[in-house]
Amino acid sequence: MDFLDNLNGFVNALPGAVAEGLIWGIMAIGLFITYKLLEISDLTVDGSFCTGGAVCAAMMTAGFNVWFAMLMAFLSGMAAGWVTGFLHTKCKIPAILASILTQLGLWTVNMAVMGMRSTMAILAVNNDVMVAMVFLEEVALGMKPFFYHPILTVGLFSAVIIGLLYWFFGTERGASIRATGANVHMARAQGINTDFNKVLGLMLANGLVALSGSLLAQYKGSAEINMGRGAIVIGLAAIIIGEVTFGKLFKNFALRLVAVSLGAIIYYIVIQMVISLIDVDAQYMKLFSAAVVAVFLTVPNLQKGKARHKKERKEVQNA
Amino acid sequence: MLELSHVWKTFNAGTVNEKVALQNLNLKLEPGDFVTVIGGNGAGKSTMLNAVAGVFPVDEGSILIDGQDVSALPEYKRAKLIGRVFQDPMMGTAATMQIEENLALAARRGKPRTLRSGITAAERAEYREKLKILDLGLEDRMTSKVGLLSGGQRQALTLLMATLQQPKLLLLDEHTAALDPKTAAKVLEATKKIVESSNLTTLMITHNMRDAIAYGNRLIMMYDGHVVVDVRGEEKKALTVERLLDLFSQASGSDEVSDKLILS
Repeated sequence: MDFLDNLNGFVNALPGAVAEGLIWGIMAIGLFITYKLLEISDLTVDGSFCTGGAVCAAMMTAGFNVWFAMLMAFLSGMAAGWVTGFLHTKCKIPAILASILTQLGLWTVNMAVMGMRSTMAILAVNNDVMVAMVFLEEVALGMKPFFYHPILTVGLFSAVIIGLLYWFFGTERGASIRATGANVHMARAQGINTDFNKVLGLMLANGLVALSGSLLAQYKGSAEINMGRGAIVIGLAAIIIGEVTFGKLFKNFALRLVAVSLGAIIYYIVIQMVISLIDVDAQYMKLFSAAVVAVFLTVPNLQKGKARHKKERKEVQNA
Repeated sequence: MLELSHVWKTFNAGTVNEKVALQNLNLKLEPGDFVTVIGGNGAGKSTMLNAVAGVFPVDEGSILIDGQDVSALPEYKRAKLIGRVFQDPMMGTAATMQIEENLALAARRGKPRTLRSGITAAERAEYREKLKILDLGLEDRMTSKVGLLSGGQRQALTLLMATLQQPKLLLLDEHTAALDPKTAAKVLEATKKIVESSNLTTLMITHNMRDAIAYGNRLIMMYDGHVVVDVRGEEKKALTVERLLDLFSQASGSDEVSDKLILS
């Protein structure tokens, strides 16, 4: 039975899909800061995701410790965010265009970081990586203790990040960033330096995106120049799926971030399902993802329209 | 408290849409002045308020608040000295944030935004007391999102936010124009109470001549980008709508009192 084989394959691939979803979830959480809190569509992420992977690979290959490599990846992502922020707030370029410019420029930067090659393997000879695909199997076979399991390590990592963001967005500075996105006129009237906050938000977001990229590069064993292509679509999918699925339950800020992470996991499980159950060529996945996100972005608007019509009808009836 | 001297502002200079919005505007406010501002559409009332607030830089002239030249300061830095309420109820508050969060943001106007907690328990208690004064029941809904409030409630909240940190200058830009008459009257009364109790120097634009006469200790009328009528003290108290129209035709040099002025 072909289908049973496929099903078996899907079940076997599930832990990997969850782990990968969790990694992309960190990227989506970064995107949440710009897209949801600052209301900026930041396409920098398609470039800064790879920057994180490339920097991490280069640092680790040069013999640096994994934590230091990831810190550098985070900082390089922040630098990318700063460039977009600078182009947007100081050069007055519309945010989306500014981010496209940074993204394009980053392609060359990423290539340079990887020594002008399109891939760079992480040679973990004398330094251990935090996550790797092989750990899934090694833990399952008892070759490594359970805490090496990628779902556990990345899950823990995500929890810490969510905790830190929850704290930060509750501080005076964090609240002022939320106000900047919610109503820029109000923010300025209350003495908030909105330009500074936008730059800070973009830096924080892209730092997280790069951190996520560094984790994916470790997980896959290499950084690759195209690894961030379409990252924004995956991020948006995660945010929207999380919102649609858990929005009614999760109102608290930390839980909304958890929903984003879960959204990314759901997204990857669905993708895995399509690949292994229906046997779709992986090359079709980009078109498929784009279509799925387009639908998910449309549905809430349709529902809003419906609700309005319903209300209007009621008002007419009551009149 | 506020001193505008020889202020000029032209929008879209050099294009067909060129509009000289402020023409050699001069105005001096004494501490505690509550000035109502009237004038037709395009007279420059809102432009004057926005110029003071720093929404855009002026082309020429200087703006002094409490003796400090703010002409070169960006909007967010001037906010330290200024409280503002806008015409559009949507503009003064962050809809997706809670009532108490909005207040906490306003309480930190002009102060550095640190990594300390965005709102403290002591503040919550303080805000509850202040919200009670508005008499809108908002003290029991402090964690509600501001987007759920009515326009009047939002304006009242914005007013409270503008005065939470005593400003050197309060700018009210037709802040009751978008409200129904009953709510508008309520917000105006709240305005009067707050302005008088803290003796705030205030500029209030209104489209309603009766309100302009009833409130404040001084009234100015703008025409063509500058002040053409300025009445205060006893003269202000004795003012009537007819007298105001007379003053306007004298000042503007035409007796066709524009319909615009009366209607707008």
